[in-house]
Amino acid sequence: MSSCFQTLSDYGLRSIGYGERLLPKADITLCEQFVLIGSGMIWNIYFAILALLLGFFFATVLALGKNSNLSLFSAPCRLFIFIFRGSPLFIQFFFAYDLFVLLPRLGFDIDLGFLVVTVETRWLTKAWLGALIVLFFNTSAYAGEIFYGALRAVPSQDLESADAFGFTGIKKFRRIIWPTMLRLAWPSYTNEAIFMFHATTLVFFTGFPAWQQKGDAIYYASYFADKTFNPFVPYPIVGFYFILLTLLIIGLFGLINRRLNKHLPSNERKRLRFNKYNLIR
Amino acid sequence: MFSYCVDPKTIEGLMWLSCYVTTAKHMSFYFSFLVVMGLLSLAAPLAMAFGFAGATASRSSFKIIRSLGKGYLAMIRGIPDIVFFLFIPIALDQAFEYLRHKVLCSDVTEPIRQGNDFVVCAAAKLPLNTASEWVHDIYGFSLALLAFGFVFGAFAGNVLSGAMAAVPKSQIETGEAYGLSQSQIFRRILIPQMWIYALPGLSNLWMILIKATPLLFLLGIEDIVYWAKELGGIKTGVYEYPHPDWRAWYFGVLMIFYLSLTYLSQSVLDKISARLSQGQATMAGKAG
Repeated sequence: MSSCFQTLSDYGLRSIGYGERLLPKADITLCEQFVLIGSGMIWNIYFAILALLLGFFFATVLALGKNSNLSLFSAPCRLFIFIFRGSPLFIQFFFAYDLFVLLPRLGFDIDLGFLVVTVETRWLTKAWLGALIVLFFNTSAYAGEIFYGALRAVPSQDLESADAFGFTGIKKFRRIIWPTMLRLAWPSYTNEAIFMFHATTLVFFTGFPAWQQKGDAIYYASYFADKTFNPFVPYPIVGFYFILLTLLIIGLFGLINRRLNKHLPSNERKRLRFNKYNLIR
Repeated sequence: MFSYCVDPKTIEGLMWLSCYVTTAKHMSFYFSFLVVMGLLSLAAPLAMAFGFAGATASRSSFKIIRSLGKGYLAMIRGIPDIVFFLFIPIALDQAFEYLRHKVLCSDVTEPIRQGNDFVVCAAAKLPLNTASEWVHDIYGFSLALLAFGFVFGAFAGNVLSGAMAAVPKSQIETGEAYGLSQSQIFRRILIPQMWIYALPGLSNLWMILIKATPLLFLLGIEDIVYWAKELGGIKTGVYEYPHPDWRAWYFGVLMIFYLSLTYLSQSVLDKISARLSQGQATMAGKAG
């Protein structure tokens, strides 16, 4: 048991570069597999949380844009959503990485006349930024479509009441439309969040290098499966971690769902039951 | 391909391009698009079969079968599909070889798992070492197909069990009142009526399946992703057709391929949905 604590201090933060440098090669123990794969989960959580947080706001913008009467706003939003929802994330990763590689390594200067801005491009080929951008765009497109659907479903009486009470512009959106849109979209958005966490497992299979073997959970799991030639241990461990994570997301999103439904009379209040019969992905 | 392609170093422009895109490797690249279509057309019915079995099992009156079915349908929500794509082919391969080893080489006493090795006798290998290249290809593709069927079966099972639950109770009760047995009700009332409820979910699933096909690459199959990486990489002067890093262009082509495939599918599915809602007692049916 004490040796497992040793393993924990050696490999617990290995995926972000702390602790033992060499990965276990021979006599791989169950403890090592649990610790290292768990360490890789740091990356999955990092990618998913940042992409979801940033994507939430961009998705709202996309939904409003797509709903706009002006084609100047709606056309680019439609195109963006179509491109990211219509093609596989796996191909998007490859495409983006190969584009980033083509950019000049040292960055380039943009002359604004009064000052020169140097655009740093070298970080784009690193997973922590490049893959994050792809995931951010991807989840924005999916969530944008979900929010757009919810926006179209906001009851017209709500809008009429808002007008009657003299709400206009930003205030009408922030106090009336946005909360209702979120409430209607929440079950589908919960699904999107779960699948975003799952999608982060693709990052290190798509050109983005796992520099110094700093990879995510599935990177280490496939490393162990290759080394021990036994898939029956590492992959169930990944499954175990992800089931825990999924339950955590469902719990957290359930709490938010309760807050969004708080004002409704108790017979109209909905418990979070995500739509597993009609996955929008 | 063309007669003027004998010495590609001497030609330029469109002629060079026409020679370049008709090399033997490019033909393999084009063929791999057919592999994707083949996978789609085989995986969809297989997934429906898995899904139907899962959905039926989750409604079974036997507790063990019911919990197995429910577990199968629930598992896909907790575990990323990539885990299954990596796990299932190698696990199946080892399971098959293990069984064959036990049957064919019962005289070998050494354990199969020796440290980090998985050792079976030569006769138990799948496919046999003497088998030709295409047998290996077909075997690998079949394992991948099973993985796709299993994963998307779980997705389809969720859709189908939801659709079965959506068929109005009164329909089932009417069947009972006419004295139909449980299996008659299942076959003659539940199944024919569930499709309209299942259609939106199955349409989305088809789109998800299309977008999952490039994962074939992870299973070690020479698919479109493999060829795009292979052909797009930098080719120095030692190659017949030298060019710089063109991978971004190749993956751009794949993006366009998938975008057109999903766009086409969406318009066909919209037509089917409009057709099937005609005359149904739903909002869409009454409007049309």
